[in-house]
Amino acid sequence: MSQASATSPGKARWLVVAVPYVWLILFFLMPFVIIVKISLSDTAISMPPYTPVFQGFSTLRDFISQLDFDNYLFLTEDPLYSEAYLSSLRVAVVSTLLLLLVGYPMALCMARANHGIRPTLVMLVILPFWTSFLIRVYAWIGILKPEGLLTLLLQSLHLYGPDEQVQIFRTQTAVYIGIVYSYLPFMVLPLYSALEKLDGTLLEAANDLGCPPWKAFWKITFPLSLPGVIAGSMICFIPITGEFVIPDLLGGAQTLMIGKTLWTEFFGNRDWPLASAVAVILLIVLVIPIVIFQNQQRKAEGGKA
Amino acid sequence: MAKSLGPVKRKFTPWTDPGAQPFIRFENITKRFGNFVAVDNLTLDIYEKEFFSLLGPSGCGKTTLMRMLAGFEEPTEGRILLQGKDISGVPPYRRPTNMMFQSYALFPHMSVEKNIAFGLEQDKLPKGEIETRVQEMLKLVKLEQFARRKPSQLSGGQRQRVALARSLAKRPKVLLLDEPLGALDRKLREETQFELMDIQHTLGLTFLIVTHDQEEAMTVSDRIAVMDKGIIVQVATPAEIYEAPNSRYVADFIGDINLVEGKVVSTSAAAGQAGRLALDCDGLKVAVEQECPALAGNTVAFAIRPEKVRISLDTPAQTDVNAVRGEVWDIGYLGDFSLFLVRTEDGRVLRAAQANVSRLVDRPITFGDQVWLHWSADAGLVLTR
Repeated sequence: MSQASATSPGKARWLVVAVPYVWLILFFLMPFVIIVKISLSDTAISMPPYTPVFQGFSTLRDFISQLDFDNYLFLTEDPLYSEAYLSSLRVAVVSTLLLLLVGYPMALCMARANHGIRPTLVMLVILPFWTSFLIRVYAWIGILKPEGLLTLLLQSLHLYGPDEQVQIFRTQTAVYIGIVYSYLPFMVLPLYSALEKLDGTLLEAANDLGCPPWKAFWKITFPLSLPGVIAGSMICFIPITGEFVIPDLLGGAQTLMIGKTLWTEFFGNRDWPLASAVAVILLIVLVIPIVIFQNQQRKAEGGKA
Repeated sequence: MAKSLGPVKRKFTPWTDPGAQPFIRFENITKRFGNFVAVDNLTLDIYEKEFFSLLGPSGCGKTTLMRMLAGFEEPTEGRILLQGKDISGVPPYRRPTNMMFQSYALFPHMSVEKNIAFGLEQDKLPKGEIETRVQEMLKLVKLEQFARRKPSQLSGGQRQRVALARSLAKRPKVLLLDEPLGALDRKLREETQFELMDIQHTLGLTFLIVTHDQEEAMTVSDRIAVMDKGIIVQVATPAEIYEAPNSRYVADFIGDINLVEGKVVSTSAAAGQAGRLALDCDGLKVAVEQECPALAGNTVAFAIRPEKVRISLDTPAQTDVNAVRGEVWDIGYLGDFSLFLVRTEDGRVLRAAQANVSRLVDRPITFGDQVWLHWSADAGLVLTR
């Protein structure tokens, strides 16, 4: 019996470890390799709209000789792309800061609320997920458009005259509103879980040692919630950088984001190699914050041990 | 343990001096949480440089009382005076008290020295002075080589020392200790108790300690207040609490005791005067020499500590009073002491403790032996409450 139990958990463990790896290799690594390969190919007006370069091992040398970095060079030549990257990063940074500004007080109030109502508050934060993301963004169009609900509300409150209209829709502001609204739960939940773990007697101890409550927040609460701040910021920052739907639906002509550029290259210009190159660069840009995030996590875990 | 023991402790009894001003005064303090009365119209004086214990079972209001002094709770009624000044409404960060928390509440993101310096930094002391004070404190609790460590890298005993150093660093007028040694093992706890006393003596501070551990309270305190359900049952020195408890509750809570219900048959003196009381406890005749508390006919409790009951195989000189025959029903061998549980002829179980003065593995008295229990008239005590 002891022999059987010694081998079978080993196999089971191997299986448990293997499944996610197989999944990642099949659905992440292989598509990524394909994208990288396409990004190194040349555009061709055909079906599929690129030259299939690999047709057997005999042509391996031909294949390698046909790969080039032209698409990447082109990305550096046209300032449109670097501007799109920078603008995306700017939007992501500003949005993440806005999310922290809105989300931190919410998470703090939730964590300080009575034990009894905390599950309800968490439920309320998650509740928007029960409706499709797309529908919720469309709802914002209904609110923000010139003849929309916001205009009607301001007019009925006599804050706006009958022919005045809210000019938010199709501006950068609308994009920020949409992003902050959509990503708020992803910011609040990690912050809440970090703040909820905080031992209340630490604040009492700080108070006791002569530290008034507002100062104790910056000396104790905030530093101890940093893992939550970093987790929430990364979870929001990374997808916001590549965000396509919100700027497409709520943004205007001046909204330049890399997700939109990518879409245009892919479906508008049908330049798959260039679009692939844009995607590869985007991934590299985002790997940096992910590495920082993981480093921070490791440090946090190391501190506890 | 401490290498140098310092000066010999002096007798310290400011509470017997009618002219002494109390350092801390709880005046008719009541604290309610909703319908629950945590502290009920309590008045208590604590003197400067006193090591004072609040002792009681959990939920008796001792922690609430301490938290009111620290400023974390405001009394519902009554006021707290510190050096004659009412401190109601003063927030905790402006009170000259510091607390050592039961959970230690060390800041996990700060090193040991940063933790100790925290309170001093709040006072905006010059950097050099903070550094000297931190070094002083580290030396006091013997943690110099751990200054750079984080609390998570310390053992339980070391954390407890950091917490103590942090609460002492600001030289508070009163140090509050909330079950400070609860998490330590017995040996370390004993050592630390003596160290606490030394530190208190050296720094000349007033210590108020909350504990449910009666041994701890007995060891460290100048006086103990025994609490029950929001009121103070008795305030006295450890010896008085042990030898002259004022009620069945205190007698039972502190140490081991035999409590026998009985009736007063006669008293040789008027109430309040020293004399001899004769009791009848369902056939067991007891004589007690003490201040006569109750008149004849009253139901009282006769209380006697096990170590004051003598146990012998031989018939004592006097068998009609303060003596009873029985059979050894159980023995608890504690090393230094043996505790005998004796079932008397009238069906009671009485406890008698005997110091094991000789190195015998086989004790002369063993299970099932017929023995006599007897005691002198000044060994026991009559309790009316």
